[in-house]
Amino acid sequence: MALLEVKDLKVRVEEREILHGLTLTVNEGEVHAIMGPNGSGKSTLSHVIAGKPGYEVTDGQILFRGEDLLEMEPEERAAKGVFLAFQYPVEIPGVATMNFLRTALNAQRKARGEDEYSTPDFLKKVREVSKSLNIPQDMLKRGVNVGFSGGEKKRNEVLQMALFEPSLCILDEMDSGLDIDALRIAADGVNALRSPGRAMIVITHYQRLLNYIVPDFVHVMSKGRVVKSGDKELALELEASGYAQFEDAA
Amino acid sequence: MPAVQETVERVKRIDVDQYRYGFETLIDSEKAPKGLSEEIVKFISQKKNEPAWMLQWRLEAYRRWLTMQEPTWARVNYPKIDFQDIHYYAAPKPKKTVTSLDEIDPEILKTYEKLGIPLREVAMLEGIEPKVSEDDPAKRKIAVDAVFDSVSVATTFKAELKKAGVIFMPISEAIREHPELVQKYLGSVVPTSDNFYATLNSAVFSDGSFVYVPPGVRCPMELSTYFRINERNTGQFERTLIIADKGAYVSYLEGCTAPQRDENQLHAAVVELVALDDAEIKYSTVQNWYPGNSEGKGGIYNFVTKRGDCRGANSKISWTQVETGSAITWKYPSCILRGDNSRGEFYSIAISNGFQQVDSGTKMIHLGKNTSSRIISKGIAAGKSQNTYRGLVTAHRKATGARNFTACDSLLIGDKCGAHTVPYIEAKNSSATFEHEATTSKISEDVLFYCVQRGLSQEEAVGLVVNGFVKDVLQQLPMEFAVEAQKLISISLEGSVG
Repeated sequence: MALLEVKDLKVRVEEREILHGLTLTVNEGEVHAIMGPNGSGKSTLSHVIAGKPGYEVTDGQILFRGEDLLEMEPEERAAKGVFLAFQYPVEIPGVATMNFLRTALNAQRKARGEDEYSTPDFLKKVREVSKSLNIPQDMLKRGVNVGFSGGEKKRNEVLQMALFEPSLCILDEMDSGLDIDALRIAADGVNALRSPGRAMIVITHYQRLLNYIVPDFVHVMSKGRVVKSGDKELALELEASGYAQFEDAA
Repeated sequence: MPAVQETVERVKRIDVDQYRYGFETLIDSEKAPKGLSEEIVKFISQKKNEPAWMLQWRLEAYRRWLTMQEPTWARVNYPKIDFQDIHYYAAPKPKKTVTSLDEIDPEILKTYEKLGIPLREVAMLEGIEPKVSEDDPAKRKIAVDAVFDSVSVATTFKAELKKAGVIFMPISEAIREHPELVQKYLGSVVPTSDNFYATLNSAVFSDGSFVYVPPGVRCPMELSTYFRINERNTGQFERTLIIADKGAYVSYLEGCTAPQRDENQLHAAVVELVALDDAEIKYSTVQNWYPGNSEGKGGIYNFVTKRGDCRGANSKISWTQVETGSAITWKYPSCILRGDNSRGEFYSIAISNGFQQVDSGTKMIHLGKNTSSRIISKGIAAGKSQNTYRGLVTAHRKATGARNFTACDSLLIGDKCGAHTVPYIEAKNSSATFEHEATTSKISEDVLFYCVQRGLSQEEAVGLVVNGFVKDVLQQLPMEFAVEAQKLISISLEGSVG
């Protein structure tokens, strides 16, 4: 059974259809890149999978391990293993990052009927992961993303990915706002999380990110549909020729 | 449904039935007939076995009250109160003189149990743990002067406090046992003529707490009183007087809850604090009166006058409040900074939901030289509530070097509520430095979505964001109350969580 099956998905936002019948299948262990110009519906797809309010699904299905994802609350999807790394992670003043991580992790574990992490186990785990991502302990004491640099915010997303151990990671424009060094650190963190049991969907405008996170499959989106799929070579081809050729195809 | 809309829906569902502390205790009570007259004032005074001077004081207040008008400047709306339709005195019928907790009506003890106040445990602990370690906060004790309706039914830790020379007793007892202290300080901060509600309180107050900490004494424990309105249609008129003599320190905690009601209940308390030279008083409140049902019916009217007088040099008074309940809150805990180098602080969290109306804030009156004050106010409005911060900071001509810092932050949940900030600032000398910051924000859908994407439920997410918003103030609460306050904040905003 596929990990994620998106079948003929049609989505509206306030009367305007954004996705016009999108189909995508992702199996465990695979890394899929979704590329496309602004307004092609890439972020909409990620939001609908994660359950962001404000989108109306008018047709089609999203199955996660065969279960109807659209019937679940966003927090249930998270507990099932759907993780969305945000393009613009939000700031939550007054809530220490460490406290947030622990609350979220334990909420997920509770939803799955697992025991909550003990404090020593949790701290040990956070320290390990944050060290590998070059995240100083001091950052974990600060409010969630408050005063973080662009790179720190993205590393904080990867940190959560590593802690929550989701089976599907959706990375929404992870490279936006990052310089090359920050991008490398974040990408290394993501690569370390690649495993046979985990799939990733990498959403990006640019081929650049795919030099660091090398995908198994590349899909080109235009005007709310997948217009072309291929392997990683497709990304290079796009880099050379641009998206214009697909505008007409769509 | 958009996230914020969902939160609004959830907030709408918050109802009387959800009010956790909405229960009633069935005990016999003795009450005065409805209405207010000189006879009723005399009846109350007589019930309390008060000396003649006290009755005189009450009667003067009553006569003054007859000439006064209800204030209308606050941003609150409510039907006119019929002051002749209220019982001004109610007391649980005394079965016999109480000397230990075992003799107290088990119904009353059960009520405290439901409220989570371990009166029995506290009393037991008292016996097995005679020494108080100041260094170990976990072992700090809390003395509870339990006010049930209008009569104090139990006082614990009295012996230990007595050893330290601290007087902590119901004010009705203090009037009889320490008349010289009461006469000297009662009404010296909030005069009987101060305002409509304070004057009413002066005439009819039934009980409350009295604390006197002698010179140089650091009160060996946190003092706390739990108030509870339990008699239908009974106004509650508490009177609290706390005096910290030269170099003394005391921390006083007050918390209250009330059972659900259809009829409005009037609550007009007066709290007076006096800090002499080098003394410090820390007064903390967690207020959770019944806020009314989902139609805005019922709920407590809370018209409170709280004022502290930093009478001595280098004295300090700090107010911390967490306000979650009441249909109407009209409350401005204030500091008169009379002594040179004295300091006043006001830390406040005011949460309003449903149809609640909050008009609260503080006054910092700088009279002495080099006085300083700090105001941190966090208002959270949800449902169809209105939440107003009203503050006055003033520096007298002679208050050279006066300093104030004010930060007022408001958080809106949903789009049917309102947050208002009304600061008054007056500096009558050019050396005063006053700073004022204010922000108003909404819990954004993006923040909520971020949290639920990480596995938190919508309600947990709101709770987390709000607790982050109020963190600066929560930190000011004594540890014993911080946890309770955090719970209350979640209860008042989540409502439907069972």
